[in-house]
Amino acid sequence: MLPIWAYAGYKLNRELKSKQVPLLALAAAFSFVIMMFNAPIPGGSTGHAVGAAIIAIVLGPWAAVVSISVALIIQAFVFGDGGITAIGANCFNMAVVMPFVAYILYKVISGKSPIGSVRRLAAVAIAAYVSLSVAAGFTGFEFGLQPYLHTDANGNPMYMPYGFEVAVPAMLIEHVFGFSILEAIISMLIFAYLQRTDQSLLMGTSGLKVNKEPQKAAPAV
Amino acid sequence: MDKKLRNLLIGLAALIILVPLGLLAEGETYGEWANDWLQEELGYVPQGLEQMSSLWSAPMPDYSLPLLGDTFSGMSVGYILSAIVGVALCGGILYFGGRVLVKNKD
Repeated sequence: MLPIWAYAGYKLNRELKSKQVPLLALAAAFSFVIMMFNAPIPGGSTGHAVGAAIIAIVLGPWAAVVSISVALIIQAFVFGDGGITAIGANCFNMAVVMPFVAYILYKVISGKSPIGSVRRLAAVAIAAYVSLSVAAGFTGFEFGLQPYLHTDANGNPMYMPYGFEVAVPAMLIEHVFGFSILEAIISMLIFAYLQRTDQSLLMGTSGLKVNKEPQKAAPAV
Repeated sequence: MDKKLRNLLIGLAALIILVPLGLLAEGETYGEWANDWLQEELGYVPQGLEQMSSLWSAPMPDYSLPLLGDTFSGMSVGYILSAIVGVALCGGILYFGGRVLVKNKD
C-alpha cells in the first residue's frame, strides 16, 4: 500500500483544488460514520456500506484512496476495528479496488450523458453495487487464502480458519444481497442531491466540457 | 460557509446522532470474530490471532468507553462519542493535510 498512498498523494497534490479540500475532509468523515452503521443480514452476520463509490465518482478515485484509507487507519488505531495488521489488506480492498472499479464503471456507463440525467444516476447505482461486491470478493479470496499460507504445528490455521469454499461465498453473498444494495442506495441519494443542488461539483469527473451554463438547453440552430 | 457545505454538515450530524442504530445488529462481521466466539465455534483460537491481539490496544476498543458500562444507553453514548472522535480525526487530518497539499500552488 505504501507506493499507492505515495502516488495518491502526488496525484492529489497536482489535481486537488482548494475548493475541494472541505469536501475531501467531509468524505472521510462520512465514510467513517457510514461504516459504523452495522446492518444485520439473515445468517447472523453483520457488515456495512463503505461510501467509496460515491467519493470516487464525485472527487475522483485518488481522493477516495486517501480519504477511505484515513478512515480505515483511524478505525484500526483508535477503535481496534479491522486491526492494525489488516490495514494493508483493508485499504487495498476498500480504498483501492472499490473506488477504481466504481469510477471506471461510472465513466463507461454514463458516457457523454448530461450531468443531470437519469442515466448518470443509474451509472452511480450500478458502480456502487458492483464495486462493493467486487471488493467483498477480493476480501473473501484473501480470507480464504489465509489458512493455506499459515498453519501452526498441529496443522490448524494460524489466523483465518476458513478456506475459499467458505470465505468467498460468505463475503460475496452477504454483500450481493445486502450491503451492496445499501451502498447503491446511499450513493444514489448523495448523487441525486448534488444533481439538484450543485452540478458543478459533479463536472470534474464527468468527462464533459465545463461550460458556464450547463443547465440551459442548447440553442436551436 | 456556503449552504451546501452547511447542509452536508447537518447531514453528518444527523448520522452521528443515529449511529447507535448500528449497534442493534446482532452477530459478528466475517473475519472479525472475538476470541471466545472462535473458541466455541472451532474448539480453538488460531494461534496467530491470539498473539496479534496483544499487539495494539486501542484507546476506545470496539467504539466504546469502558467506564460507560455495557447497558444499551451506555454503549450508545460511547458509540456516538466514538463517531464524533472519528469524524473529528478523519475530517481534521484531511482538512489540514489537504490544505497543505493545495497551498503549494495557489
